[in-house]
Amino acid sequence: MIEAEDAAAARQALELAYREEWTPLLATLAGQVGGDLALAEDAVAEAFAAAAAEWPERGVPARPGGWLTTVARRRAIDQLRRDQTRTANQAALDHLEQMLRDDPDPSAGRDDGQDTSGVADDRLRLIFTCCHPALAMEARVALTLRAVGGLEVTEVARAFLTSETTMYQRLVRAKRKVKAAGIPYRVPSDDELPERLAGVLHVLYLVFNEGHVASTGDALVRADLCEEAIRLLRMVVELLPGQAEPLGLLALLLLTDARRAARTDEAGHAVALQDQVRARWDEGAIAEGTELLARALALGRPGPFQVQAAIAALHAEAPAWEMTDWPQIAALYGELERLEPSPVVTINRAAALAQADGPHVGLAVLATLEGDERLARYQPLHAARAELLARAGDAAAAAAAYRLAIDLSDNAVERAALEHRSRRLLDDRRPG
Amino acid sequence: MKYMLLLRYTPGVGPDEGTPEYDAEMAQWGQLTGELTESGALVACHGLDTEDTATTVRAPKGEVILTDGPFAETKESFFSYYILDVADLDAAIGWAKKMPCTAYGSVEVRPLSKYSQDA
Repeated sequence: MIEAEDAAAARQALELAYREEWTPLLATLAGQVGGDLALAEDAVAEAFAAAAAEWPERGVPARPGGWLTTVARRRAIDQLRRDQTRTANQAALDHLEQMLRDDPDPSAGRDDGQDTSGVADDRLRLIFTCCHPALAMEARVALTLRAVGGLEVTEVARAFLTSETTMYQRLVRAKRKVKAAGIPYRVPSDDELPERLAGVLHVLYLVFNEGHVASTGDALVRADLCEEAIRLLRMVVELLPGQAEPLGLLALLLLTDARRAARTDEAGHAVALQDQVRARWDEGAIAEGTELLARALALGRPGPFQVQAAIAALHAEAPAWEMTDWPQIAALYGELERLEPSPVVTINRAAALAQADGPHVGLAVLATLEGDERLARYQPLHAARAELLARAGDAAAAAAAYRLAIDLSDNAVERAALEHRSRRLLDDRRPG
Repeated sequence: MKYMLLLRYTPGVGPDEGTPEYDAEMAQWGQLTGELTESGALVACHGLDTEDTATTVRAPKGEVILTDGPFAETKESFFSYYILDVADLDAAIGWAKKMPCTAYGSVEVRPLSKYSQDA
């Protein structure tokens, strides 16, 4: 009985340590081995494997973090010794060995040789390295989830609907480039910081979106991706509290995630914002998102994520779709268009203006996009036109636009929703 | 770390010789190379003659075959290179960004292989 309890306690301690210690352990060790992410990741993963084998047998050490740190360092030293071809290894080896001598008993004394400010700095270095613009976007996303988030390679592969082999190779290649190309393991200097931070936020936004928008794959894993993005973003906010855009993005993600339960019906079909049961929105997440947005805006450094969060907040505070502050939303989309012009933003501004001032006003804005040949096959444009044409009473043109949008959609759930809307329009036209 | 910066452009784009824009660009290159020398980052740099002056040597079965022209016909011309010794990739990219040909061509930043890093 006692053995079973010990095993359960060990498992629990291990899970807790994994959640809390993976990132700081890897971040610090990577710094100590000169930014070699592959080596540090292997060593930390081996330390956790050793803990999984030893803790149930011998009990959980008094300082799990310290135990893991020491084991990971020893594994890193072993690896550096095995690979004597790298001349640059010697400095890292000496450094690690010195630290082991200074801190010989892992289960006693301090939990870690580093002070906390150092650890915070290490985590930032890890994040900025994984999101370095010299890496392909898909590599940045994968590396961030694996190294910073601590997700298993299988989990990352499943989340992005690729095979484990493909994901494994993508990660190996990314880590090799970090080392071979000399991608620095550091926090960017002040003049580079805004641009590089925007890059980090973009990666986390993509992670969230992958979980939020995708319609295929394991639904549970997808929700996990949203939560992972939010968790990592909380870390960035904690590490860079004076930056407005991370707060803005965290607010945006919380306000968006707050609608998760209302976004699908019992049958699993997507429910558009206007049809959602607002009582199912998560009030706690909305309150936190709104508060974070206020904190971001108070910093007086506006940015695209803050604007998007402000739009999400206006939706969140409207008791009903009809009571939404459309003029304000249209104005915010105008601001977003100025900061980050894109067809999506223009389409959204047109939709908001249509709500505020009537469908013809929205259609006039969409008309400015229709001359652009690159958008001829852009599904959202045709879907938006269809919607506004229907509302303007031009049923024939609306049906044609719906047909085009449906043909251009490569997403089954989205297509079903468009077909449903299109049918509803045609049904409305029937007498009786 | 040492990097080779491979500079390419498509002949015909960019400022034409004899124009004020061309002279302005040449002055920019001169200044950049001066800055690189002064900072101690510059290991080597040379401009290359055009691809139509190239001869490619292959000896697949021991027998030497010469081909008139570059190893592969591409639209882009590899016209110059720099070898820099700098702290890291960010520093190398920082110098690459200052090269005028990024406006109409490209700069490929390649670390020297680990065997050549200390050579």
